[in-house]
Amino acid sequence: MDRKQCIVKLFVQPSRGLVDENFIILVQKDLPGYQLTVHALHKCEDGHSWEAFGHYISNAIGTVNVSEDPSLGGTYSGVEQMGLLWSLRPVPGSKPGLRLRKMNVQIPMEVTISVYQGHQTEGFMDQVPLASVVVERWYMAPGVSRIPITEDGLTATLFLPPGPGPFPGLLDLWGGGGQLVEYRASLLASHGIASLALDYLTPKITMETRKMVDLQYFEKAYKILEQHPQVHGSSIGMLGLSLGTSITLKMAAYSEVMKLRCAVCISGSHVQPVDGSMEDILKHFNKNADRTRVSEENEFIWRDLLLPVPSDLAFKVDMGRLKCPLLVVVGEDDQNWPASESAMDMKEMMEQAGNSHLLTVLSYPNAGHLIEPPYTPHARASLFRSMATREKMMALWGGETAAHSLAQEDAWRKLLVFLRENLYSGTNPGTPSLSHL
Amino acid sequence: MIVTLRLSTMSPPTSPILSVQPTRGLVDEKLKVVVESLPPGSPVTLHSLHHSEDEDYWEAFGHYVSDFRGMVSVSEDLSFGGTYTGKEDMGLLWSMRPVPGSRKGLRLRKMNVCSPMLHNISVYSGHVSEGFREQTPLTSVLVERWYMAPGVKRIDIMEKGVRGTLFIPPGPGPFPGLLDMWGGGGGLIEYRSALLASHGYVSLAMDYFNSQELESADLEFKYFETAFNIIKEHPQVIPDRVGMFGLSLGSLVTMHVAAESTIVKPRCCICVSGSHFYPRDRTIKEVIMEPRSNSHRLRIDENNHHVWRDMWIHLLDDPSKKVDVGKINCPILLVNGKDDQNVPADECAEDIALLMNAAGNGHLLSRVLYPDTGHLIEPPYSPHFRASNFKAAGVATKTVMLLWGGQTKPHSDAQEDAWRKILSFLQHNLYSSTPPRAKL
Repeated sequence: MDRKQCIVKLFVQPSRGLVDENFIILVQKDLPGYQLTVHALHKCEDGHSWEAFGHYISNAIGTVNVSEDPSLGGTYSGVEQMGLLWSLRPVPGSKPGLRLRKMNVQIPMEVTISVYQGHQTEGFMDQVPLASVVVERWYMAPGVSRIPITEDGLTATLFLPPGPGPFPGLLDLWGGGGQLVEYRASLLASHGIASLALDYLTPKITMETRKMVDLQYFEKAYKILEQHPQVHGSSIGMLGLSLGTSITLKMAAYSEVMKLRCAVCISGSHVQPVDGSMEDILKHFNKNADRTRVSEENEFIWRDLLLPVPSDLAFKVDMGRLKCPLLVVVGEDDQNWPASESAMDMKEMMEQAGNSHLLTVLSYPNAGHLIEPPYTPHARASLFRSMATREKMMALWGGETAAHSLAQEDAWRKLLVFLRENLYSGTNPGTPSLSHL
Repeated sequence: MIVTLRLSTMSPPTSPILSVQPTRGLVDEKLKVVVESLPPGSPVTLHSLHHSEDEDYWEAFGHYVSDFRGMVSVSEDLSFGGTYTGKEDMGLLWSMRPVPGSRKGLRLRKMNVCSPMLHNISVYSGHVSEGFREQTPLTSVLVERWYMAPGVKRIDIMEKGVRGTLFIPPGPGPFPGLLDMWGGGGGLIEYRSALLASHGYVSLAMDYFNSQELESADLEFKYFETAFNIIKEHPQVIPDRVGMFGLSLGSLVTMHVAAESTIVKPRCCICVSGSHFYPRDRTIKEVIMEPRSNSHRLRIDENNHHVWRDMWIHLLDDPSKKVDVGKINCPILLVNGKDDQNVPADECAEDIALLMNAAGNGHLLSRVLYPDTGHLIEPPYSPHFRASNFKAAGVATKTVMLLWGGQTKPHSDAQEDAWRKILSFLQHNLYSSTPPRAKL
C-alpha cells in the first residue's frame, strides 16, 4: 500500500493543558468509513505504563472528532471527549493495585496520543501507529508559586496563584494514606485560591517523635495562611477528603481559632469521638476492625467500621454548631467509608438544628470513595498502607469507572463554583452589608 | 460615634477574576481572555507585559468597560483605546511595543525555542495608558506561548557543510519536509521551523547567510541542494514531499532553486516578501553585493531609516537579472505586503505572474498581496515593527535602521491571514493524497 496515501493528521488541542481542562482530538484521514483506534499512553512517575483506547470510524469527510463521535469500543464507549484520560488503566501485565497520583507537580504528566489502523485492543506497543502526538497535562498553571512550609513544625506546601493578591485561602487535606500530596492544592491555586497542602499523618515531626499531631497543628496551618501577606485572612476555607473530612468538620464546628468561610467534605463522615485527639479518632475507627469485610477478589471493605451512625452525640460532630456553608460530596458506591449514610445523618442533624440552609450534598450513584480532580484514572481498588497495621493491603474504594469519572467531573466543577461563591466577594450570610457606609 | 471598619478583614476579596485560555499555548493559537466579578459598567485596562530574551520590556493594553454582569470578554468586547482598539481578540499580543524609554529599533524574535515566551496579562482599574509598572494591578496571570509543541525534537545539523537545526514532529512519520530560509540578516533563526514542525512538517532552519562571515558564505546552488537532500534523505521524511519556504532573501533562493536546480525538485514553494531579482550565473554573495554598488538608489527617509525597495526596481526591465520563473514547475505561493519598503514585492509579484503566464505555468502560481503590510510577514500575533535595527551585510560593523513598512493593525491581520493560507497551502500540497498538478 502506498504509504503516502496513509498520511494521517492528528491534532490535540490544547497540547499543554491543565489537568481539569478538556481537550479536542481530531484525526484526519481523508478516507471515509475508515476504522481507527485512538490510543493514549502514559508512563507515570513510578515507571508504570497506563493506557486507554477508543474505536472510531471516520466520517464522510474522513475525520474523527473525539468530542463528537462515539467510541464503538475500547476502554470507554460512546461520545466521551475525555475518555482517553479517565479510562486509563495499567497496561496488561502490570502489578495489581496501582493508583495514579502525581507527586511532582512542577512537571507535567506526558500523555502520548496515537492513532492506529483498524480496531485494536492489544499489542499497541508492538505496532507502529499511523500518527502520534505528545500532550502535557499540568497540575500547576504558569506563575503559580510553590512554597514549602516547615515553620511551626508543619510539613506542608503552599501554592500561591500568580498576581498581586490578596487571594482567598484554603487548607487542603487528604486521607488515611498520609504523605504530602500536593496536586489538588496546586490545581486550586491555578484557579486563584492560595492553597496549603498539609501532611498531618506522616509529617516530619511525627516521623521523628513517633507521636501523632495534635489539633493545634491544624490551627497553626490556618494561621500561616491567615497571616500571609498575600492571603485574605477572612476568606479561608477548608477541604478534606476521607479522613480529611473528619478533621475539617471538627475544626469547622469546634475550633476557636479557625474562622472558616466555607468547608468542603469529600467521601467522609462526621462520626468520631468529639473530644478526641488524632490518636483517639484513629483508635475509634479501629475499634470495630472486626467488621472489616473482604470481597471475592480479596479486597478489604472498611465502610462498616463506622456503622451504624451513632445517635450518641459524644461520637459525632455536632453539625448544629456549623456557621459556614458546607459542601458534602459522596459516592454512593463508597466501599471504604459510609459517606452516604453519614451525609444523610448530617443533613438530619442540621435540619433539626436549623442550619441546614448551609448544607449542600452532592451524591453520585456508582461513584466510589476516591473522588478526585477530573480526567484522571479511576481506581476501584488499590494497595493501601493501613495506618493501624502499617501493612499494605488491597483496599476496595468502589465505583464503576464511567459513572465515577462523570462524578469527578461534575463534583469538581461544582466545587470550584462553591469555593468561588463563598471565598470571593458576593453575598455572605455572615457579613453585614456595608453599602450604606 | 464613628466606627472605623477595617474593610479588609470584613469583606471577602473583591478582586476580579481573570482567566486566560490556554495558559500554555502555541504562538499561533488564539487566546481567550475573560474578566469576571468586576463592578458593572466599570472602566478597566487589560495589559500584557513581556520581558524579552534581550532584556527589553514589551507591552500592549486595551481599555474596556465591563458589562452589567461585571464581565469583560476580549474576544467579544470593544477596546476603546490603548495600543489597539475595536474588537481584537489577539490585540494584547500583536500590538505589543517596547515600553517607553526602551532602546530604539527593537525587534522581538525568540531565539531559544525550547522555552516559552512569558506574558503577564493583568487587569488594572480605570483606563490607564502609562506607568503600569508603578501600579499594582487588580489581578494578573502568567501565560506561556510556545513555538514548539510537546514531543517535537530539535536536532543540530552540521553535515556536509550545511549548518542548521532540524525539527521533527512527534510520531513515527514519515512526514513531509520543508527547507526554511530567512533573509539577509543571516543567523540561525529557528522559530518558524519549530512551529512548522508543531504542525507536522520536518523542517530545517538553515543558517546560510551569516552576516558576520560574508566571505565564508560562498553560496552556490550546492549548499541549498545539499540541505534539501539532507531533509529528503531523512528516514522520517517522505522523499517526494519536500517543499521550500523562504522569506525575503530566502524567497529568492527558493525561486532560484525551484527554477534552475536539476538535482532537487521541491514539491511546492512558499515565498514571502521576496523578489526574483537574481542575475543568472552569479552567486548569492554577488547578488547581495550588487545593491551595494547601487547605493545611489538607497533612500534615507525623514526618520533616518534606510529604504531599500527602490534599489532593485531597475532590475525589473532586465530579464538577465531575474530568476527564470517560467521554469518553475511546482505550485508556488507568493505572500507580499503592499507597503513593503525593503523589496518591491508588489511589482515583483506582478512581473512573476506575467513571466509565468507567458511560459504557460501560470496555473501553478498563487499570490496574496496585503494592503498596508510591510516586509516582515511572520507567524501571527507577533508584534509589528515598521523599522528596526539591521546589521547590513558587507558593511562590517555598521548597524542601520531599516524601514520594513506596514501599519500595525493591517500588518497583524495580514500575518494571521497569511499563516492560515500558508498552512492550508502546505496541507494541500504536502499532505493531501491528490497530486496537486491534477488541478488545472
